[in-house]
Amino acid sequence: MKEIVIISGKGGTGKTVVTGAFAALARDKVIADCDVDAADLHLLLDPKIEKSHIFKSGVTAFTHKKYCEGCGACSIVCRFEAVREDFSIDPISCEGCAFCSFICPQNAIEMKVNTSGKWFISQTRFGPLVHARLGIAEENSGKLVSLVRQKAKEIAEEKGCRWVIIDGSPGIGCPVIASITGVDCAVVVIEPTLSGLHDAERVIDVARHFNVPVKVIINKYDLNCDITEKIERWSKDRNIQVLGKVVFSKTVVESVVEGKTIIEYSNNKVTKTLSDIWKSLEKELAG
Amino acid sequence: MIISVASGKGGTGKTTVAVNLALSLKNVQLLDCDVEEPNSHIFIKPVFGRKDTVFIPVPRVDQKKCDGCGRCKEVCVYNAIAVTRKKVLIFPELCHGCGSCAYFCPHDAIKEENREIGVVEIGRKDGIQFIHGKLNIGEMMAPPVIKAVKNNVDKKKTVIIDVPPGTSCPVITAIKDTDFVILVTEPTPFGLNDLSLAVEVVRKLKIPFGIIINRSDLGNKKTDEYCTRENIPILMRIPFSKKIAEIYSRGDPIVGTLPEYKEKFQRLFKKIKKSCG
Repeated sequence: MKEIVIISGKGGTGKTVVTGAFAALARDKVIADCDVDAADLHLLLDPKIEKSHIFKSGVTAFTHKKYCEGCGACSIVCRFEAVREDFSIDPISCEGCAFCSFICPQNAIEMKVNTSGKWFISQTRFGPLVHARLGIAEENSGKLVSLVRQKAKEIAEEKGCRWVIIDGSPGIGCPVIASITGVDCAVVVIEPTLSGLHDAERVIDVARHFNVPVKVIINKYDLNCDITEKIERWSKDRNIQVLGKVVFSKTVVESVVEGKTIIEYSNNKVTKTLSDIWKSLEKELAG
Repeated sequence: MIISVASGKGGTGKTTVAVNLALSLKNVQLLDCDVEEPNSHIFIKPVFGRKDTVFIPVPRVDQKKCDGCGRCKEVCVYNAIAVTRKKVLIFPELCHGCGSCAYFCPHDAIKEENREIGVVEIGRKDGIQFIHGKLNIGEMMAPPVIKAVKNNVDKKKTVIIDVPPGTSCPVITAIKDTDFVILVTEPTPFGLNDLSLAVEVVRKLKIPFGIIINRSDLGNKKTDEYCTRENIPILMRIPFSKKIAEIYSRGDPIVGTLPEYKEKFQRLFKKIKKSCG
């Protein structure tokens, strides 16, 4: 069983469209949406939720007013500016370190467990999907990402699947690191813009830092052919394989509006290129 | 006045709006708080004059003083400390720097030392003061770097903040204590789904906000319907154009090539100012 994650550094370069296409093309797979704070893959895959679970993670301080004598020890030790003037706690600033609750001489501060989100095991027309929804203004997305990945892997092992296909999130921080560590291949979707290349460089550095093999797709490559060439040269210099170049096409937007993967929606150049990309990826990783 | 530019979904045009708004106004400070993937500098091309390192405090154990009692491990909620065979192990990447372990060590064996997790660079371009942060490769925690960028806010100026995508802690850290949030979206199901999550965040923080629809002629009408239903003002629409996409791709601001956009962004600013009273 192999794990493939689709990432990009910069947002909006086409991660979810590529993941949707791979979901439609691959046989014997489990799909995981690890972009837990702005998950979109379900809009293409129309999942029927079979199991829903609460995700609890971390703690937040809460001051019980009736025990508080206003000594202010909590506000002296808090480094996150979470203690208000009346010694109540701003839950958004609180990082749950519990220092205040340890120091409070009145034991007036309780650490309450956060309900940080929900995660789901669903069925889709392409097979099982593990996905999640982080609660509004909650943290610990890295832990939720790890959980989603772990569950997808378990299902894949149980069913003897060949692939786990993971939709990643933008950026290079904790959710991205949680989604890429230990995978068999990270596919980086780059758009031919200076920002796209700049951000891809950073996320590829992160992948290499964690010893994750990287391959590249250039999406909407004809929007700026000079930069596309620059990305190709750049990849070659770093020994990174370019799996393919996908043309810009408004049908991609139409397919998203219709809630379909591009593979199902159309039989144009985009479909052809993505099918070829999947074939070559499958061949190389199966090896 | 501090205006933050956020979106939920990535790639909808946050940086385009933040940069071009900054270039259309006077006495401006532009803060790029997308410290994982900062891009505004590509368009502004500032000359940087100062570079500050961002540290977080992490514990260091003096093994001579430590008797392996494990009190530090007990108080660390982040699992950043392990004690095996009376020896203390620290995992710096998991440490949030709360200082609990050092305080509670009964043998005074823990000292905190600074660990670098990123940098803040301060520069200038024409009338704009430009500040951005960069999280180091392999680091997990963006919020301390975002806070370090925001420590430079100059309230005498119009401050514009480019916010990272998503809805979790880095976004909250970036938009907290700002006066107005512009949410940039695109009229697709992905754009709308992530917009509605971003709206919930901004409402939870009780910050006034409005919406800019980018590539407004692609996709469908659902975003408009959503805004009407939720009574959210649409501040501006930017139609899709290959010209704009091309200007963006080579790292140039729109207002340089298409000066009519300067007026549009100035009108946008007036609207925001009016709605903030």
